Amino acid sequence: MIGLSDYLILSAILFSIGVIGVIRRRNLLMLFFATEIMLNAANVAFAALSSFMNDLSGQMFAFFIIAVAASEVAVGLGLLILLYKKYGSLDLDDYTMLKG
Amino acid sequence: MMETFAFYFFAVLITALFLVTVLSQNILYAMTSLAAGMVLISGLFFILGADFLGVVQLIVYVGAVMALYAFAMMFFDATGRIKERHSHPALVFLLGGLTAVMLVVIFAAPQIGHNIQALFPTADGMDNPHAVGLVLFTKYLVPFEVAAVMLLVAMIAGIILAGKKMERSLSKIDDSKLETSDEKDER
Repeated sequence: MIGLSDYLILSAILFSIGVIGVIRRRNLLMLFFATEIMLNAANVAFAALSSFMNDLSGQMFAFFIIAVAASEVAVGLGLLILLYKKYGSLDLDDYTMLKG
Repeated sequence: MMETFAFYFFAVLITALFLVTVLSQNILYAMTSLAAGMVLISGLFFILGADFLGVVQLIVYVGAVMALYAFAMMFFDATGRIKERHSHPALVFLLGGLTAVMLVVIFAAPQIGHNIQALFPTADGMDNPHAVGLVLFTKYLVPFEVAAVMLLVAMIAGIILAGKKMERSLSKIDDSKLETSDEKDER
């Protein structure tokens, strides 16, 4: 039988995959993908708690997380396109101008 | 039994797909596997009885966010492999593993504590979208409106940011080489 802890452990695993992506990646678009993974992991945890506690607050929070993620993607991709036009690459190592 | 099978089926597939997203060198593979993982996460929501959330996940995340990423791909050079410098791969996985352990402890804490109170208990004899609508438009009305304004601001910001310097070509190919022969004949 599937309990609450199974869902929370799955959510933790997904979140750590996202964290590994954020730490490991050097490409800005890949950093965005890893952020989406982390947001989704949090959503799974919220939905599971909402279902097992018979409380709708978790689902509400997940809705607002999805709304914030959508606006974050809109603004972030606009900034990414501007950066790409300015420097011609998305690699984080190319943006280290403050080496002195 | 069926629920158990479905949960493990979705869980294994989602984990594998997201690992492909994080570890793949090709940006198109990463994006495709991420979109597939989002679809399967909506399956988890349906198992949990959060029907409306699952549908929103499908429409907004897979339909809108991933489509936005796919359109953004046209601006970047997504062909070929990404060249990245990985200095300490072992340290990265150690940090990720430690994060996982910490998170499991954090998530297990309320279950050990047993002190969670339901703020808005789900009413009986009501399907999920109905209950969600009731709570969203009474208790969460102000955050709902604020989120609407935030989405509008984000839309305007995205249009303005992506619309700058549109006349400049992003590719390395010169614009004059892209013109067809009959265009050159007119000049």
